[in-house]
Amino acid sequence: MNALALACMVLGALFFLAGTVGLLRFPDVHARLHALTKADNVGLGFLLLGLALEAGSAAVAAKLFVTWCLVLLASASVSHVIARAALRRGVEPWQR
Amino acid sequence: MNLDAVHTGLALFLLANLLAGLWRVLAGPTPADRMLSTQLFGTTAVALLAMEADTRGMPSLRDVALVFALLAAITAVAFVRRVWQPHGDGK
Repeated sequence: MNALALACMVLGALFFLAGTVGLLRFPDVHARLHALTKADNVGLGFLLLGLALEAGSAAVAAKLFVTWCLVLLASASVSHVIARAALRRGVEPWQR
Repeated sequence: MNLDAVHTGLALFLLANLLAGLWRVLAGPTPADRMLSTQLFGTTAVALLAMEADTRGMPSLRDVALVFALLAAITAVAFVRRVWQPHGDGK
């Protein structure tokens, strides 16, 4: 179990934690959306990077990379769609 | 420290994250907040399945993770189109 893979996976898990904390504590939909998508993408990216480093064959690493790209595209478009719908329904971003 | 201990520990940690995300489903004022936790479910499921594919030695789980990522996106779009139509009859 090489140390780099371990470090990547732990870092990914930390980002997941940040996303969850952001989801729970932020004041409104837009901020939560921001926290959640960012942390998930980066968290998942590091986690999958760690797994790809562990996995011997390049085919597995390529499949994990494709999964990560799909999650990136999906959550980017999803957060755009949800934020637009929220704005249209009058959920204004939180101002101090 | 062998591989399985780390994978199991991380898997439990991700599940704990999920449980914390459930609170947002309860408290979330708007339907969009509840939708956010399903997004969290989708991404965490992808991470868990990718990890389980190694420890269980079942390469097919990676394809399941791919499908999960796709379904999470489709659910959110379906939610916005169906439940939350801004000018339609949505709540």
